[in-house]
Amino acid sequence: MAEATVNTSAAPAAATGARAHEPSFVYLVKDALATGAIALALAFPLVGFRTVDRGSTTIIETRFGQMFLGVAVIALGRFAFSLIDAGYARAILAGSGVLSVAWLLLVAVDPGGAAIFPLGWMSWMLVVSVALRAAYVSWGDRSEARGDAVSPGDRVAATVQRLAVFFGPVLLLFAIAMPLLPMADQRWVDLGILVLTYVMLGWGLNVVVGLAGLLDLGYVAFYAVGAYSYAIIAKTFGLNFWEALPMAGGLAAMFGVLLGFPVLRLRGDYLAIVTLGFGEIVRVVLLNWNELSNGPKGIGEIPRPSFFGMPFTPAPPQGVTSFHQWFSAHLWEIGFSPIQRAVYLYYIILLLALLTNIFTLRIRKLPIGRAWEALREDEIACRALGINPTNTKLTAFAIGAMFGGFAGSFFATRQGFISPESFNFIESAIILAIVVLGGMGSQIGVVIASIVLIGGPEWFRDLESYRMLAFGGLMVLIMIWRPQGLLAFREPTILLKPKAGPP
Amino acid sequence: MTATAMTTTAMNAAAALPLLQVDHLSMRFGGLVAVDDVSFTAMDRQITGIIGPNGAGKTTVFNCLTGFYKPTVGRLALSHSDGREFLLERMDGFRITQHAHVARTFQNIRLFPRMSVLENLIVAQHNKLMRASGYSVFGILGLGVYRRAEQAAVERARYWLGRVGLTDRANDEAGNLPYGAQRRLEIARAMCTEPVLLCLDEPAAGLNARESEELNELLKFIRDEHKIGVLLIEHDMSVVMRISDHIVVLDYGRKIADGNPEKIRNDPTVIRAYLGEEEDETLPPEVARDLGVRG
Repeated sequence: MAEATVNTSAAPAAATGARAHEPSFVYLVKDALATGAIALALAFPLVGFRTVDRGSTTIIETRFGQMFLGVAVIALGRFAFSLIDAGYARAILAGSGVLSVAWLLLVAVDPGGAAIFPLGWMSWMLVVSVALRAAYVSWGDRSEARGDAVSPGDRVAATVQRLAVFFGPVLLLFAIAMPLLPMADQRWVDLGILVLTYVMLGWGLNVVVGLAGLLDLGYVAFYAVGAYSYAIIAKTFGLNFWEALPMAGGLAAMFGVLLGFPVLRLRGDYLAIVTLGFGEIVRVVLLNWNELSNGPKGIGEIPRPSFFGMPFTPAPPQGVTSFHQWFSAHLWEIGFSPIQRAVYLYYIILLLALLTNIFTLRIRKLPIGRAWEALREDEIACRALGINPTNTKLTAFAIGAMFGGFAGSFFATRQGFISPESFNFIESAIILAIVVLGGMGSQIGVVIASIVLIGGPEWFRDLESYRMLAFGGLMVLIMIWRPQGLLAFREPTILLKPKAGPP
Repeated sequence: MTATAMTTTAMNAAAALPLLQVDHLSMRFGGLVAVDDVSFTAMDRQITGIIGPNGAGKTTVFNCLTGFYKPTVGRLALSHSDGREFLLERMDGFRITQHAHVARTFQNIRLFPRMSVLENLIVAQHNKLMRASGYSVFGILGLGVYRRAEQAAVERARYWLGRVGLTDRANDEAGNLPYGAQRRLEIARAMCTEPVLLCLDEPAAGLNARESEELNELLKFIRDEHKIGVLLIEHDMSVVMRISDHIVVLDYGRKIADGNPEKIRNDPTVIRAYLGEEEDETLPPEVARDLGVRG
């Protein structure tokens, strides 16, 4: 079961080096050296030289030291991987585990001390991935010895899913308490809002992609419809956030049905292309329909949310109490701070995201949710069972779009300004990546993927320009190890309990 | 064996009413005539076998019956025992199951492989549960109406699981079942839609001798205890001849024979269709036709 993912490293010579025929030690060394040679050939032009701007001239610097270190790290890594596959997984696990912990301790004690390791965090990442791989394989060996039919990755996913029963509430408590913790400054709360927005979008899209299996690349269209509906309704009719929110969601759902009708007969790649087109159409319309959307200039001064009619402003107009004044009068003295609004927004999106989650979890156990999953599995069989595929698909589109619309309204009220630029294809791609990486149909997977994909780039800021590289590397690793998504493990929606009494 | 088949036929014939009336059914795909002017009647509470060599148009007849194709010409009338009549050729595919209660299985099994065995059977009761859940409104609110309906659906599923011997696999993924069990599950799933006519497309394909024996028993049980009509496409003669009350033989899209198993077994046209065309090569066509007429 683990063999399938073994031969993914650079060296083509390794393609034959599976565990089956116990390769000799000499062979493993040769294999590692061959990998090193390939790495050297690549690193020579890429790492070996670099151009440096010196005022008016550009000079070429050599970095052979770093280059050889890098090559050595790669060769060692390859050797470690081969040893893992040759049956020394536990030993390698222990060694690399000790090394990576030692590195962490070194950094904790003295940030300069990490220099003992060549190339700093890059070699650390390698050590960590070796450790992960070793853990994966030794787990696989154990379950193989027991004769399990389930792959270790699935077992991890199943365990995490089961733990989610306890883990979920803890995560929820953390999410509730987060803005009140002492370390929570504006940056943390803003990041929390961002992550939660994508969690909500991910959960919304999960209905369409994960449950109903309709690959939608234009989800951002509904996000845009929700945002613009909220902005226009709130500004034109003077409604507040909570009044305009359902309307915006309803309009987005309508657009979902509108998109659903023409694409009912399409599936797979064709559906993806058409939905992608729909996403672009909505953006281009918003860009050009000046009378409605104010074109590329966007819509500004969108009403910000108020706390039961109390705005979050330092100096409210005559006759209006602002939140901090009310709070000071009734509870305890606080001054005005912009973070108050951020915290309030944070709780709004938390509430909206939780609503999405509860709704999805419940609907999955209803006939319509089961019909979505059945439709994903086999549409023809569904028709033979009397399930109306048209209605079933349209409901999925509408409900997914509605949640996208809610998230869009929130986005508009949070930003106070929207323009078509915010609703690019890349947004759809990120939301889809969250759903796919998390494991299609998995609710907790979406949370983890959002934290990794949205929070990750923020946390990796210390890596500066290597940030996107680390991000891309992570995605590649996930696709190699868990092509079906991190937590793609499906719990049945209903279990047959043994009947009480005599059989 | 033949004797028992004959007695059941005789027994059922007394109570049998026409369930499905196929009149002048033709299906053309461009220039190809897949089914050419086929008429037959399937009786209620009987097993009607449809046999014929490969490419004879058997599955096309099924696809017309279950709404996957719109027949080019023809009338497909289904009469319920309460007197309601449905013209299947005018109905959308899923409505045929939903309203006319015709259920089918597929030649290449079509389960929901990543859903559990129990879920497969619950999905089959979708329309009933949708109504009970107030089109999801009551269900979201968690009202008792829906919970009771779901409980009833689980009980029905439990009954059929016991029938096809899959009770202890109920919570496993359907795709992980062995082949024979998947075949049985597909029949159980079709039965969960509460059909009046069950259409089985080669249910014995790929089954071993013991499994086809079990299948025979299951089909007889469905006919006798659930009192519905079964329409059966099958290549396995041991299955068809033993359990069918009535057999329709197709060849090149045409009906070449129609009758009880005994009659079909001795029909020279059928024998010729199955044993090949040697006679045509050695005899002039007029003589071959003559032979057919004489038989």
